[in-house]
Amino acid sequence: MPIQVLMPALSPTMEKGNLAKWLKKEGELIKSGDVIAEIETDKATMEVEATDEGTLGKILIPEGTADVAVNTPIATILADGESASDLAKAASPAKQEKAAESAPPAAAKTEAPAPKAEEKTPAAPKAVSEPEPEVPAGTEMMTQTIREALRDAMAEEMRRDPDVFLIGEEVAEYQGAYKVSQGLLQEFGARRVIDTPITEHGFAGIGIGAAMAGLKPVVEFMTFNFAMQAMDQLINSAAKTLYMSGGQMGCSIVFRGPNGAAARVAAQHSQDYSSWYSHIPGLKVVAPFSAADYKGLLKAAIRDPNPVIFLENEVLYGHSGEVPKLDDYIVPIGKARVARKGQHVTIISWSNGMTYSLKAADELAKEGIEAEVVDLRTLRPMDTETIVASIQKTGRAVTVEEGWQQSGVGAEIAARIMEHAFDYLDAPVARVSGKDVPMPYAANLEKMALPSVAEVVEAAKAVCYR
Amino acid sequence: MAAPKKSVTKEAGQEKGNGSPPEFTREQELRALRDMLLIRRFEEKAGQLYGMGAIGGFCHLYIGQEAVVVGMQMTLKKGDQVITGYRDHGHMLACGMDPKGVMAELTGRRGGYSKGKGGSMHMFSVAEHFYGGHGIVGAQVSLGTGLAFANRYRENDFVSLAYFGDGAANQGQVYESFNMAELWKLPVVYIIENNRYAMGTSVTRSSAQTDFSKRGLSFNIPGQQVDGMDVRAVKAAGDEAVAWCRAGKGPYILEMQTYRYRGHSMSDPAKYRTREEVEKVRHDQDPIEQVRNRLLAGGVSEQDLKSIDGEVRDIINGAADFAQHDPEPDPSELYTDVYR
Ligand SMILES: Cc1ncc(C[n+]2csc(CCOP(=O)(O)OP(=O)(O)O)c2C)c(N)n1
Ligand SMILES: [Mg+2]
Repeated sequence: MPIQVLMPALSPTMEKGNLAKWLKKEGELIKSGDVIAEIETDKATMEVEATDEGTLGKILIPEGTADVAVNTPIATILADGESASDLAKAASPAKQEKAAESAPPAAAKTEAPAPKAEEKTPAAPKAVSEPEPEVPAGTEMMTQTIREALRDAMAEEMRRDPDVFLIGEEVAEYQGAYKVSQGLLQEFGARRVIDTPITEHGFAGIGIGAAMAGLKPVVEFMTFNFAMQAMDQLINSAAKTLYMSGGQMGCSIVFRGPNGAAARVAAQHSQDYSSWYSHIPGLKVVAPFSAADYKGLLKAAIRDPNPVIFLENEVLYGHSGEVPKLDDYIVPIGKARVARKGQHVTIISWSNGMTYSLKAADELAKEGIEAEVVDLRTLRPMDTETIVASIQKTGRAVTVEEGWQQSGVGAEIAARIMEHAFDYLDAPVARVSGKDVPMPYAANLEKMALPSVAEVVEAAKAVCYR
Repeated sequence: MAAPKKSVTKEAGQEKGNGSPPEFTREQELRALRDMLLIRRFEEKAGQLYGMGAIGGFCHLYIGQEAVVVGMQMTLKKGDQVITGYRDHGHMLACGMDPKGVMAELTGRRGGYSKGKGGSMHMFSVAEHFYGGHGIVGAQVSLGTGLAFANRYRENDFVSLAYFGDGAANQGQVYESFNMAELWKLPVVYIIENNRYAMGTSVTRSSAQTDFSKRGLSFNIPGQQVDGMDVRAVKAAGDEAVAWCRAGKGPYILEMQTYRYRGHSMSDPAKYRTREEVEKVRHDQDPIEQVRNRLLAGGVSEQDLKSIDGEVRDIINGAADFAQHDPEPDPSELYTDVYR
């Protein structure tokens, strides 16, 4: 029976691709291993090799077709002795059967003298955030993927300041493991776009040292999972030096890369580090959701005189959004954004957690619950004011994060709400989060381990007593 | 006092040039052929299943490098430990793990070695002394040194094999491990699988010292460069290294010069090298073809080889079938195995 060639999945997150080119014609002989077609994903152009032998019977999807879903039959291969008349009975490879999914069952005495009254620990100063710059009415917008917005932010800052450079694994010749640095090597050359060996601890330290000497490095971690190798330098050197030197010497440096779960890459490659970095005084931590924020906040991070941890999300890289067409679009660090207005309940999230939150708000609206959705954008310094203002209006709050609950960012938000808006609360704060387990690989378990729209809806209703 | 050292690095390079390695017996050739074919066909099938969406996430194929693990495995005795990174399917099969269980882990099913929770990069078998399956580049080097530490501590004569790539060889913890391994005379063979690339970065773009057999020089660890495409050369060098470790003389480094035919993972467009480069290695040095040609020249019939191939294909088809029909893990497994 003729064999169907299916549109292959070429990366963990690929759902569709463009059939760029056929390299074989109908009737041509094919050996296993021959390149038969080229397929464009959002990351790269890939060659498709034949895994079967025979003659290319029929091309089902012509070249130039965009957005072909994974697993769509794209051609048939005829085995020895078969002819075009056999095409009708082309067998499609066994469909993946889906296993049924259901939710799982679910006082020491010290010798030290007591501090004198005048030595009372002073109150921590309030973080003051700059007002959000108004995008002038009538500003032209352009649709960009988040990947492009990040690249443009770096390119603009590199044009503006010769001390800014990019360093990391596969950032230059490979154009970025996730293609975020596409074209930067070509524009800025190998002096400023630098490939490193796989040595996170070493190149993070080199970046920090260069920043201590006044340069402004952007250090890319292929993913934040690998930044754990460099954790000591990030915390002990980058975050603390300004303080330890009495303000003489700090470092203006950005550490950026994808954070959180991708798809099916299992425990060691799927972790949300939001709460880890948000714990550390001396670091600023940014985790945007929209394309415009990715652009404006990365530019702000590169200009910031402090070490900034810039948490991106691989799942979002291919998403598009409107970005203002301005020469210098900067979004200030430390300012949350009300992404959707509502009066019944406040949903607070950031980064990819916003995907669940906004969808849940749509669902809730159908049932007459108007949710206000706050996109934190910056985790440290945290914009308590915007959160509190919303709670004063709604009296109810749900936090949404991919990370774990214990000592998580949601726990911190709940504590702040309790401290600053206790009297306004009509229900205890609810937390939706990743489940308290390392990320499983199996598709069904992975889905359960992550937060879901349904869980956000359920939590919102629960705090509304509905 | 330090044990007398074979200062191998320089001479080893020359040794390699001097003629071919010791011949295999026919039994050895046949075993090597079968074991390498099993890996090759397994990986081809895994590639196919990935394309169909049955395998998700990252999937790193071992095609082209088969002679390394198969040759090394021939030097071991039961109880010796093996540890490697994420390009691990070949190592598991060579250790004697069941292709069904490995393939079912790739598809994330309950019959997989990690019950579907680990996936391609994270698999283990205590019974076969295979310690993973690790996703973080370089981590397995310290862990493998720790396995050797346990052997030394228990005063047994087992040896630990720690496999890692040319890219991993630049991680800091590798050198911290080298120092302690030599200081404490730990029985670990460091096997650097130099396939010329770490993702899209060639060895010459990442390494100041590209002769990896010399990477232990400043710690006095002996090393050899080995033709990793010739299973006999692997076995010969492996025998020396394992004997050195078993005799209590400390660690040993083997740089296996090999090549991966496929992209780094399934999502690598592999634009950093030419198709001709890949074709040339495939054509001139393929580890399986080498054995096949020697067997044919030695009088084994084409028919006999075909029947080995057929037997291997049956095993792999059985594994693929199992891996696609075995159910996903029970939802209650979500919360198990976090603690014990
Ligand atoms: C600490 C860390 N950094 C980066 C990565 C991403 N990564 C996975 S494999 C790889 C290349 C490793 O190359 P090499 O050691 O030569 O092994 P090969 O893949 O060639 O077998 C990289 C950069 C990782 N998994 N862990
Ligand atoms: Mg390599």
